[in-house]
Amino acid sequence: MSVAPAAPPSAWVDSRPRAVLRLFSRIGTFCLIELQKLRHDRTELITRAIQPVLWLVIFGQTFSRIRAIPTGDVPYLDYLAPGIIAQSALFVAIFYGIQIIWERDAGILTKLLVTPSPRSALVAGKAFAAGVRTISQAIVVLIVAALLGVSLTWNPLKLLAVLAVVVLGAAFFSCLSMTIAGLVLRRDRLMGIGQAITMPLFFASNALYPVDIMPGWLRALSHANPLTYEVSALRGLLIGQPTNYLLDFTVLIVAAIAGICAAAALMGRLAR
Amino acid sequence: MTADPPPAVEVTGLSHRFRDQVAVDDLDLTVSPGECFGLLGPNGAGKTTTLRVLNTLYPPQSGSVRVFGLDVHTDAMSVRRLLGYVPQQLSIEGALSGRENVSWFARLYDVPRRERAARVAEVLEIVDLTDAADRLASSYSGGMVRRLELAQALVNRPALLVLDEPTVGLDPVARDSVWARVQEMQERYGMTVLLTTHYMEEADILCDRVALMHLGRLRAVGTPNELKAELGPDASLEDVFRHHTGESLEGQAKGGLRDVRGTRRTAQRMG
Repeated sequence: MSVAPAAPPSAWVDSRPRAVLRLFSRIGTFCLIELQKLRHDRTELITRAIQPVLWLVIFGQTFSRIRAIPTGDVPYLDYLAPGIIAQSALFVAIFYGIQIIWERDAGILTKLLVTPSPRSALVAGKAFAAGVRTISQAIVVLIVAALLGVSLTWNPLKLLAVLAVVVLGAAFFSCLSMTIAGLVLRRDRLMGIGQAITMPLFFASNALYPVDIMPGWLRALSHANPLTYEVSALRGLLIGQPTNYLLDFTVLIVAAIAGICAAAALMGRLAR
Repeated sequence: MTADPPPAVEVTGLSHRFRDQVAVDDLDLTVSPGECFGLLGPNGAGKTTTLRVLNTLYPPQSGSVRVFGLDVHTDAMSVRRLLGYVPQQLSIEGALSGRENVSWFARLYDVPRRERAARVAEVLEIVDLTDAADRLASSYSGGMVRRLELAQALVNRPALLVLDEPTVGLDPVARDSVWARVQEMQERYGMTVLLTTHYMEEADILCDRVALMHLGRLRAVGTPNELKAELGPDASLEDVFRHHTGESLEGQAKGGLRDVRGTRRTAQRMG
């Protein structure tokens, strides 16, 4: 037993490039874990796809006939499809914080927190893992929309940009969820709050109808809602509606970073 | 500063409170490199809190903790690289296979890509899970989960292995198996082991030295034999425990003690 310790102890000096590399390494790790979990349990992919498909098929088809929503020359189903992609991503991400509470209750979070990973890297990893999960949703909705006759772009670069937008949106909303998780610390409360905020987030956005037809107060709300910018970018990319990409991407990136910082700051509460 | 190698763990004047409750009260403790050190005490003695300051989970409120000379607060990232940690709870990701669970932590500990697969296979073999490695971890028994956790904690070749109640809730056979792995790992890698337990037999079999904690304070420290000899020729570690805490152990461990007794012979045979 009197053997020397296995690893020579030395202070780990972290240079900036190394810290950035590690951030990307952690994000990659959590995305991989998410893919492995999905590979082991594919039923979730199917059950999660049901709701967005119903929105397109039932709500979309019906409202196309009523022509109640002024979308200009664009058929309503075309207008709706990008909104439903954003919505399905929102629904997945907004409950992502449940996973972190589950990991806390199961003791896994404790082990993650004592690995050589800054808390912001763990949160960023989880945020982008939520993005990986929503990509599968986006693909399902895209396929269903194409089958329903929506004329979408098939430009591969634009489709890649669509996935980037979906991932950024999921990163923000999952961080919002993890932030709430850090505040309420309990699964049932997070479920309640998640459900309470999903509807306002969804309806106070341009996912179902143009912002112009809203009353002033709701319009202001929807301009403060990152989901609006996500939908605008998706509409621009998929059906060619004019939008300010610089603004859309800036809002999404800033929101994601702010979300990561907020959730990381509250990780300490979850450690207790 | 001296030329001597720093102690594996050096706790100085550590106190920790949760609201108005004192969990750890002015604790001093030194663990030498290469030894297996047991932190004993009844529930609520402050063992887990001490470990959680040591593994950087809680920032120290007062006093200091050094691991191989590195401060757990100011050098947290360096300390984490030296540690392997198994928490009290059985905690693995059931939606992943055993191998994926270990590989996950290999990545989080920055085990180089070239070595990763071999390292993961190596630790899975040490804990005897090679055959079950590609099954979902949700199908594992309690003992297998604990061994998988040991594999996760070992994959970065820690200099200090921290085990919080490593055998609580395990049946006698599983408990023996965990003891055997800990001893084997220590022989193989010469690592320092710090564990908490309230099973006195476990401490007697595994530990080179033990410290007895009660209500946040250190009551006694020494080799199991020293502590027993202080009380008399026939004293057991349980007697030492009772002497220092003034409590009956049966009341604390709720029948767990009998289980440990039953496994003592086998464990000693294996040791």
